[in-house]
Amino acid sequence: MTGTVAYEPFDPASHPGFTHEAYRSTVLRGPRQALVPLTQSAGETTGPTPASLGITADDNDLTTNAARDGEPIGERIIVTGRVLDASGAPVAGTLIELWQANAAGRYAHPVDIHPAPLDPNFVGAGHCITDAEGVYRFLTIKPGAYPWRNHANAWRPAHLHVSVLGPAIATRLVTQMYFPGDPLLELDPILGGVPDGARERLVAAYAHDVTEAEWALGYRWDIVLRGPLRTPEV
Amino acid sequence: MTAPEPAPHLGQTPSQTVGPFFSFSLGRFDLTDVFPDADPATKVTLTGQVLDGEDTPVPDAVIELWQADASGRFPASRSDRGGFGRSCTDTDGRYRFTTVVPGVVAAADGTPQAPHATLVVFARGLLRHAFTRVYLCAPDDAAAQADPVLAAVPPSRRHTLFAHDDDGGFRFDIHLQGPAETVFLDL
Repeated sequence: MTGTVAYEPFDPASHPGFTHEAYRSTVLRGPRQALVPLTQSAGETTGPTPASLGITADDNDLTTNAARDGEPIGERIIVTGRVLDASGAPVAGTLIELWQANAAGRYAHPVDIHPAPLDPNFVGAGHCITDAEGVYRFLTIKPGAYPWRNHANAWRPAHLHVSVLGPAIATRLVTQMYFPGDPLLELDPILGGVPDGARERLVAAYAHDVTEAEWALGYRWDIVLRGPLRTPEV
Repeated sequence: MTAPEPAPHLGQTPSQTVGPFFSFSLGRFDLTDVFPDADPATKVTLTGQVLDGEDTPVPDAVIELWQADASGRFPASRSDRGGFGRSCTDTDGRYRFTTVVPGVVAAADGTPQAPHATLVVFARGLLRHAFTRVYLCAPDDAAAQADPVLAAVPPSRRHTLFAHDDDGGFRFDIHLQGPAETVFLDL
């Protein structure tokens, strides 16, 4: 959908490069050759909508969407915010997919061998379609930190994986949201691949106005996609 | 003379890797049939492997596909289903789509482009996604010879953007690195 509007480039001061040696898996996987420039036309300025994935309704309560015989273990959290383009305009009706580890830091994925318990009432996958103001909202469980084998005694800070379709394939974004005050943030080579000055955009703010009394802590986190190409000022 | 106040401009949210453990989310809907309502007689398979700089298969990649339909059109309404595909690679690094050969889509300057699909590559070890194209025609087709995006690619690397016939279907391997590195696009 959409079309006609061209999008500004990915900002190199905002996004990681393809290789970041501290994150070892980039070394053999990040492309090394220069990207070939392309002038956008319909194939880039259109893109999938929630309907493209057969999705028509929200599935944004991860505390119940996989429950079998009870509630998931852990700290209930509300994560909300707006999807905007760089000009500040809301991105309405776009799909956000969220996935994460459980409270113990274990993914419901067969390749995850971290010896922490699975939760029979939690899978950790949901989705939400932004409203007319670009607002999304999830109720979930705060994920745990977990070890990985990137380097000695490496631990990923608690994070949510977030995928946003955006208005066009050119604005597609997959990222991660982190939690404020986490001492693991500055040790993490995945967050560390983001340029200085942009890293804090991936850290949500604790939001007491989102917090629900006697129920769940609230966090607010806005997502900013590439905006329409700006006409150069004369 | 003072410059006009710039329009509000927010910093883009940085990209991060999909990590290794996404399939229970990104793979929970089967999106490998790009045009579920198309005439089965028009459908073709598009498959290939994702390989790293040592030609080792990448089993934790996800490939997304976006293309026009057989008449060169993109979905006209928000409720249209066709044109998008997503395939998580298997243990051999292999992805698979069923699609149709797209019709002609004009480039920004109006020049017709050869039949192609946009591919978006995500993987553990990719801090940002990589865009490429797969062309579903032969490199010596007149349409490919006139394609403006291919014209911008160094001639020695153009072959990396073409699918080839594989047992009646299309095969397109994605080399993230190495001597055969696929051309990735800045769009």
